Amino acid sequence: MLEGRVVVVGAGQAGGEVAIQLRRMGWQGHVTVLGAETAPPYQRPPLSKKYLAGQMATDDLWLRPRETFAEERIALGTGERVVHADLDARAVTTGDGEVHAFDHLVFATGSTPRRIALPGAELGGVHVLRSITDVDGLRPALLPGARLVIVGAGYIGLEVAAVARGLDVAVTVLEAAPRVLARVTGPEMSAFYDQVHRDAGVDVRTGARLEAFEGDGQVAAVRLADGQRIEADVVLVAIGIVPDDALARASGVHCEDGIVVDADARTSAPGVYAIGDCARRPLVHYDRRLSRLESVHNALEQAKLAAAAITGAPRPTEETPWFWSDQYDLKLQIAGISAGADRVVLRGDPGTRRFAAFSLAAGRLIAVDAVNAPAEFMAGRKLIAQRAEVAPERLADTSVSMKDILGAG
Amino acid sequence: MPKVTFVDSAGTARTVEGRNGQTLQELAEKNNIPGIDADCGGACSCATCHVYVAEEWLEKVGKPTGMEQSMLDFAENVTANSRLSCQIRLSEPLDGITVTTPESQH
Repeated sequence: MLEGRVVVVGAGQAGGEVAIQLRRMGWQGHVTVLGAETAPPYQRPPLSKKYLAGQMATDDLWLRPRETFAEERIALGTGERVVHADLDARAVTTGDGEVHAFDHLVFATGSTPRRIALPGAELGGVHVLRSITDVDGLRPALLPGARLVIVGAGYIGLEVAAVARGLDVAVTVLEAAPRVLARVTGPEMSAFYDQVHRDAGVDVRTGARLEAFEGDGQVAAVRLADGQRIEADVVLVAIGIVPDDALARASGVHCEDGIVVDADARTSAPGVYAIGDCARRPLVHYDRRLSRLESVHNALEQAKLAAAAITGAPRPTEETPWFWSDQYDLKLQIAGISAGADRVVLRGDPGTRRFAAFSLAAGRLIAVDAVNAPAEFMAGRKLIAQRAEVAPERLADTSVSMKDILGAG
Repeated sequence: MPKVTFVDSAGTARTVEGRNGQTLQELAEKNNIPGIDADCGGACSCATCHVYVAEEWLEKVGKPTGMEQSMLDFAENVTANSRLSCQIRLSEPLDGITVTTPESQH
């Protein structure tokens, strides 16, 4: 059955991709993509990197030109926020009151930056970074000599710190955890990136307790619980994202910090799917534990899985989750998820700015963080997917090539 | 305006016009060319924009950089003609180039 109406709620990377994949897999029926933003589906990763740095045009963010959606007979409704989904009547309603009937519904609603519940958070000059509009609002403030305070030392916060230093902005990074990147990587990698940012002139303060943003209409300083006051011309709050699952929850779909789906992106409701940042999926390489993955790989893979489930096409095999982050001249490539590691093995010397940290659990490789080390990343992806047992001493020995380790794994 | 011909794994050829400085991967994406995924959007981070450069164009295209070569070393079905299309920038000398896309990008 390749006929029928598919409505996709959300026109981000996941929403755009599922529509294209439906056509690639032979879907003949109607495909409608409804997105709250006015832009066509675009890449978010460059927003905190090249786009913020002014090295990439807005048009180059588009995943595909609008004409491609037209050629593929995909109705792309941008600037159309879906406000209601009625799973019994099989229809969604937009803010303008337009009703779109569906046979299959895909939630690709994405996520929203986590807000900070502090006095002064609503002051002018306090930004978040998630959309083109956010970046276009932040960038004019990043002038040489301006003082930027970044709240949160995750990937977004640190990528923005790197870009801002390149623009001669004075940068302070405030992180509540005892180390940078604490949620996503191990202590070794945290220590490396902490030093990299300090060497670039960033004032990194971990274990920071914020009390308030101060200013009269416009932010002028950040006050810490220990009484310190850090003057600021502009503030970026980058403390993670929360899944946009409210619409799905209101429609009766089972949600638990994200829309819960099975391995094929099916929600608890028949004919209703969820993909990308908004979904909580079983991780097949990690004992099928449910998790949200906030990444391009996740968005694209789930888009393909949902399209396959809708069309009946052969399902793609899940890959090891992967991520990347560009900071200064460093390309960090990450495969797998390091949570639960009982051992970390370093390969190469961090001092050379080319090394990798392998995370193992019960003798098996579960993640690799590779800095300027693509062979370690690529081989790691495969070893993780194979659930390979790898000898730690071989991983640590740079005289043994990753090809040899992969061959023996 | 250099012209590029993309041949898919079934042998279907599509010729499109690019602009100097654009990468082959960007050109493919703008023209809805199948067979190139480019999951990372052209950041040399994923090896899903693998193409085979036609023999007669290999010299003009040049060799992969160390980063790209390391990615290719672990990609599937790699040959001496393999390149990542996000790392090939169009210029007048490449006008008329032909590349073939693999059956799958994984």
